[in-house]
Amino acid sequence: MIKANKLAYEYIRRDEEGNVEGIIRALDGVDLEIKKGDFVAILGHNGSGKSTIAKEINAILEPTEGTLFVNGLDVSDESKIWDVRQSAGMVFQNPDNQIVASLVEEDVAFGPENLGVPSPEIKQRVAYALEKVGMEDHRGSSPNALSGGQKQRVAIAGILAMKPKCIVLDEPTAMLDPGGRREVIKTLHELNKKEGITILLITHYMDEVTGADRVIVMDDGKIVMQGTPREIFSKVDEVKSHHLDVPQVTELAYELNKRGFRFPPGVLTKEEFINALLG
Amino acid sequence: MLRDITIGQYYPSGSVLHRLDPRVKLFWTLLYIVSMFVFNTFLGYVVAGVTLIVLIKISRVPFKFMVKGLKAVWMLLIFTLVLNLFMTSGEVIWQWKFLKLTREGIRTAVFMGLRLFFLIIGSSLMTLTTTPNQLTDGLETGLRGLKKIKVPVHELAMMMSIALRFIPILLEETDKIMKAQAARGADFDEGKFKDRVKALVPIFVPLFVSAFRRANDLAMAMEARCYRGDVNRTRMNPLKYKQIDRIAYLLQFVYLAVLICADKLLAPLLTKVLPML
Amino acid sequence: MLYLDKVSYTYSPGTAMAMPALHEVSLEIPDGQFIGIIGHTGSGKSTLIQHLNGLVKPTGGVIYYNGRDIWDEDFSRKELRTKVGLVFQYPEHQLFETTVVKDVEFGPRNMKLENLEVQLRTFEALKTVGISDELYDASPFDLSGGQKRRVAIAGVLAMKPEVLVLDEPTAGLDPAGRDEILEAIFRIKRERNITVILVSHSMEDVARFVDRIIVMEHGSVKYDGSPKEVFRNYKELEEIGLAAPDVTYLTAMLRERGVGLPDVATTVEEAADMIERYCKH
Repeated sequence: MIKANKLAYEYIRRDEEGNVEGIIRALDGVDLEIKKGDFVAILGHNGSGKSTIAKEINAILEPTEGTLFVNGLDVSDESKIWDVRQSAGMVFQNPDNQIVASLVEEDVAFGPENLGVPSPEIKQRVAYALEKVGMEDHRGSSPNALSGGQKQRVAIAGILAMKPKCIVLDEPTAMLDPGGRREVIKTLHELNKKEGITILLITHYMDEVTGADRVIVMDDGKIVMQGTPREIFSKVDEVKSHHLDVPQVTELAYELNKRGFRFPPGVLTKEEFINALLG
Repeated sequence: MLRDITIGQYYPSGSVLHRLDPRVKLFWTLLYIVSMFVFNTFLGYVVAGVTLIVLIKISRVPFKFMVKGLKAVWMLLIFTLVLNLFMTSGEVIWQWKFLKLTREGIRTAVFMGLRLFFLIIGSSLMTLTTTPNQLTDGLETGLRGLKKIKVPVHELAMMMSIALRFIPILLEETDKIMKAQAARGADFDEGKFKDRVKALVPIFVPLFVSAFRRANDLAMAMEARCYRGDVNRTRMNPLKYKQIDRIAYLLQFVYLAVLICADKLLAPLLTKVLPML
Repeated sequence: MLYLDKVSYTYSPGTAMAMPALHEVSLEIPDGQFIGIIGHTGSGKSTLIQHLNGLVKPTGGVIYYNGRDIWDEDFSRKELRTKVGLVFQYPEHQLFETTVVKDVEFGPRNMKLENLEVQLRTFEALKTVGISDELYDASPFDLSGGQKRRVAIAGVLAMKPEVLVLDEPTAGLDPAGRDEILEAIFRIKRERNITVILVSHSMEDVARFVDRIIVMEHGSVKYDGSPKEVFRNYKELEEIGLAAPDVTYLTAMLRERGVGLPDVATTVEEAADMIERYCKH
């Protein structure tokens, strides 16, 4: 689905007078392969390069070096740019700043309208997309009347209506309250399981990645850790050295192991913890 | 505070007028405004007035709601009245120092006031029965012909609809920024004019920064959703005329015909006949 | 000391759009306490804190600051706002000056203090929130997210408030940025020993720092007590869309399974201590 080879992105930083202050290498030789139907989470602190990857995949930024293929399409190929964007849809952080229309259903229709889909099919797609994110009852509402979590689900529906193979989400929950975060993550897992859509979730909340098939940790423009959530969270010290947290239960097991307990590495859930302690 | 402005706010009542094609309503409004300058007899006012009353009844929008949104316009109305009342020369019927009240003045003032009132109520009737989205849709489709002479109709309509979406968000944001600066001791309603203008800086700078950030985000999100202007674009609900719209178009010309007949033929006839009675 | 006596607030009262936001909230906020306010979006917590410094006038009830009704005619609410400092959500969105120092000076300058005093307070505040002096003349817009927010907090701190209220100070930040902010808040509390009120969605953060938690629900106070007293109601909290920290659930589950822990835990530290003590016996 997504294949990056030695991908790099550089930009020039200028001061107020426009003089070059230096070159920032936001991505530095990233090799990445994401298979169809995967749920992959990218973790990293701000400025680690994780958002740059998302923009590369959506052909908003062009690679400085290396290659990136999305659904078999080269993102550097200008003539394929709209096909790239259609096959890998993108959801952004701020729910307000990505909703275009003043009515929920009109906003969901925006993508297919841009693609030139015939009117009757747009209606079908909008109904399908709103149902998949559980927002069909709000089709006639104003986005301003929705909660943050609901707005993000509308944004996801807007991408879904373009029939993408993959959805890239750049910190979609950073501005939501815990309830909204749960709604969005649950929706993503459902889309992944039932519709087979590849999900690339970029986040810095640890508890959101425990359900992912694979976790990638980025720091300083490079991939520094990669594996299943359990593999990643069994290395508490390493995760923390990249300015990230681990889930509280993992942290507790790690703390107790320092005091002579023997929890297996990478305890993720409360049940695992209890079984390990009592078993 | 800033959210109390209700002029022309959409009022959903599901009437026939609400269901009409926005292009019909745009054209109706235009024609109605033009018709205000066509007549100058009492009978003309009756025709225009009765038509408006009928339309208001059909719209099922409470008259009170309409007038409530016009607070800002009342000032203009009163100003026009006063100006016409005392500034028209003619047969003087009352005088106090330099203020002269003339028969013609009263006549012009009353008629000008009525005209303005019709004009405002008539156009707000359109915005009251049409959602902003329908309105931009109607403008875009209705003015499609202007594209040939390089008027960026689609872009203008898109700008309008985005503005409509973000105005409430920016108003709320202004409210929040004002509160936040007030929490840092800023004072917006004290001091001299110069101080008050200066007090706006802590509001406008963050507001502009935020508006630019939002614009930037939105542009990126629109591009990510394959927006590329009006190239091969389709619509979910393309505007299509129905039977009722055709009838409405027809009625417009009936209105205009009746108005002209009443004003140009019937009124002179009546003035000739009346003295004989 | 702040005292709220049956404070109610309704948006657009007397119209069809009337919306009750607070209902007869009575609270006592003594000096020097570290308080956490939790509640989901729309529970009335943001409306509540805007009452504390007189930005919003209650539609019912009275608010007393040091024994005086803050809506008395001769009470200066402008002065109150310097005593009860309020840091809004995403405070970096209110930065407007050309340099960090000038922005922080905005508050004290509005208080019409002497130049020297303004500068003194500014540097003090910036130091407390951990902004190093090479950033003093930088444009606030060039800073990182965590730094911007600390500058914005310094802007309120420079007024030397006796009560500092922060509305979701860690929202939208990554773990590193969040820790910077929480450390800064903890430092403020320790150095100045003022009352700090922290509105937060993050139960973990709240449990780590505060002495007292107030839970808001439907415009009323649902729980008010120490973190332990409040989080003991984790089942009820869940019903209103809130959650206790994960370790609270874990320790509660262990107790249900017959593990003799003395109580539920609210922090990782505490849970580790409890389990260690239990297993050593």
